[in-house]
Amino acid sequence: MATENTQPADSKFTPFNIVTGIILVIGGILTILRFTQGIGAVTNLDNNNPWGIWIGFDLLCGVALAAGGYVTSAACYIFGFKRYHSAVRPAILTAFLGYALVVFALHYDVGRPWRLPYPIFYSQGTSSLLFEVGLCVFLYLTVLFVEFTPAAFEWLGLKKIREVVVKLTMILTIFGVILSTLHQSSLGALFMIAPSKLHPLWYSGYLHVYFFVSSMFAGMSMVIFEGTLAHRWLSHKMDDTHHHEAPGVAFGFAKAASLIMMGYLCIKIIGIAMDNNWHYLATGWGAWFLVELIGFVAFPAILYAMGSREQNMLMVRWAAVWTVLGIVLNRLNISIVAFNYHLPSADRYIPSIMEIGTSVFIVTVGIVVYRFITTRMPILYEHPDYKTH
Amino acid sequence: MAISRRKFLGGIGAALGGAAASLGTAYGASNKHFKGHPNSFGVLHDITRCIGCRKCEEACNTVNDLPKPETSFEDLSVLDSKRRTDADIYTVVNRFNTPEPVFAKKQCNHCLEPACASACFVKAFTKTKSGAVTYNEKVCVGCRYCMVACPFEIPAYEYHKALTPSVTKCTMCFPRIIEGKLPGCVEICPKEALIFGERDKLIKAAWQRIYKFPDKYTAHVYGEHEMGGTSWLYISGDEFSKVGMREDLGIKSAPELTSGALAAVPIVVGLWPVFLTGAYAISKRKEKIAQQEKDQAVAETLANAQEEAAKKLEDLREKLNQEKASAINFEVKKALEEAAKKAEEEKQAQEAQEEEEPDQADDADGEDPSKEDE
Repeated sequence: MATENTQPADSKFTPFNIVTGIILVIGGILTILRFTQGIGAVTNLDNNNPWGIWIGFDLLCGVALAAGGYVTSAACYIFGFKRYHSAVRPAILTAFLGYALVVFALHYDVGRPWRLPYPIFYSQGTSSLLFEVGLCVFLYLTVLFVEFTPAAFEWLGLKKIREVVVKLTMILTIFGVILSTLHQSSLGALFMIAPSKLHPLWYSGYLHVYFFVSSMFAGMSMVIFEGTLAHRWLSHKMDDTHHHEAPGVAFGFAKAASLIMMGYLCIKIIGIAMDNNWHYLATGWGAWFLVELIGFVAFPAILYAMGSREQNMLMVRWAAVWTVLGIVLNRLNISIVAFNYHLPSADRYIPSIMEIGTSVFIVTVGIVVYRFITTRMPILYEHPDYKTH
Repeated sequence: MAISRRKFLGGIGAALGGAAASLGTAYGASNKHFKGHPNSFGVLHDITRCIGCRKCEEACNTVNDLPKPETSFEDLSVLDSKRRTDADIYTVVNRFNTPEPVFAKKQCNHCLEPACASACFVKAFTKTKSGAVTYNEKVCVGCRYCMVACPFEIPAYEYHKALTPSVTKCTMCFPRIIEGKLPGCVEICPKEALIFGERDKLIKAAWQRIYKFPDKYTAHVYGEHEMGGTSWLYISGDEFSKVGMREDLGIKSAPELTSGALAAVPIVVGLWPVFLTGAYAISKRKEKIAQQEKDQAVAETLANAQEEAAKKLEDLREKLNQEKASAINFEVKKALEEAAKKAEEEKQAQEAQEEEEPDQADDADGEDPSKEDE
């Protein structure tokens, strides 16, 4: 099949492999520690701060940044942007890996990970937004897996079953958008139960809307950002179609992201007005809030707009990176920085080095798997036998 | 003031009758307000009576079979720092200097509509009809969302258990209540700072104390409305914010806070397929129309081109005809001119002759103009 696509087995000790190897070994040690000594041994979590970066970064950022899957497939298949077709497969793959890693990371964070199927199959707590998140993530992970399989089937040469899955594209895409709308928004709504703990500037009755809207431009920015990385490192795996369409996708998403970010900016301001939180803007928290809103939403939105108008790829790429950082900042602000803002500083949470190490390990696993798949399966190029689709 | 043991035992049968039944309907966004299960129990904590002896902490430790702490319960120096509940400490007494020392006990407040129960995605928490909020360790995944949700910062987690960590909190001594006993802390309290009874009656008793001694108490029964109401109630001489209790929690219950977001879920499920299929249909239709317009434009262009080609052909033909005609004319003209020239030459020749014979020259002049008109 595609055996000729595998990389030549020259030296295994490339800098990439060495660094990756070290991280994976450290991750292995941390994993052993976590499951023999308990969560308390590797994290700085405590009774006041039950959620740390494994939730704030691995879960919240992971899900938001994996939104490229539903955004790209919706743009291509539902809204008819056919020229985005070559971007769909990489986006679906990243989304699938992103969600898989979120679930992987959850195994470290929850106390008894083997019970993770409980909320769906054993004891359904339907009044919980976390149940909503769990159910949707479970279903969406399944959808993403099915959406990804055609690439694997092409690689393995299973033509008939591939045909069956390809016929499901439309229904899977619609299902994916519904599930994404639900769990992206519900992740924000998780915090609506705790108005006494989250700073009023971040707490809002619109939290679910904010999370959903921001997931759109998070996904678009991730597609542009990954595209940049893939062009730098995996260019040889791309076909002409991909090369031709990539700038169009970047500029198209830049324009769309710019618009959505402006809308997001508006609804954030409406949220402040709704709860009459203006006076908080003059405080230290207010300054930090404005850093997030102006520095990491308004600024990249303008950068996107200019980049798209002047067809300046460099500007668009910077805007994408900046937006991704802004999403990370927003999710961390809500889950960690502005959460428990009322507690004295001694009771506040700062992640331990081992928590950070575990998160780095999980991201590294993602990169390794992404590289493994893209260097073998038809992700960045169309398989010659299936060109018609 | 304390409700007698006999009365308590009498009411317990009725209260526990439906304890195992399912939870009542939640009225998220409706105008119905859940006021607690009828005849459910609660505890009234009179903060003015607490002397900070930590006897309740000790009793709690004993009745719940918790590991003994390093410092004994006799040691009151632990009151020097603020404490909260922990994995093996279900209740703590804290001292507040207002400036006179005031002691307040802290434990699960057993909300009427508990945030933990609302937040739990495996239904590990139950608001029993007795009033106690219980926890089922057998289904708990350990996500700790209950700890995020609890506005009173009560549930704790066994972070140092590697494989079987649980959430822990006060159970209002639910197992003891079933047996007809008082909660451990209430039973041992030497100053009657804790009173167990039906919640409705406790609220009345609390307000009676406040009315009777308006100078002694601040006019607020904490827990009557906080977060939709709690089974544990408090009265105090100082404002509650001065004895470590938040007064900014509001009176909305936890389910009310999230009902809007939850209610959006079925709407999205119902409407998104319509919007998305609609968007798909619009983009398809646009494509179709674009294709039709393209086809039409192509057809028109083709027709125009054919017409133009035909016209061109016609023009060409005409031009050719004209050229042919003019060529004929030209030839004719040329022939005539030649003929005229010839005639001229002949004429000159004749004239030359006529110089000799003048009569013949006149005849030739009359013939010439009529011939050139042709």
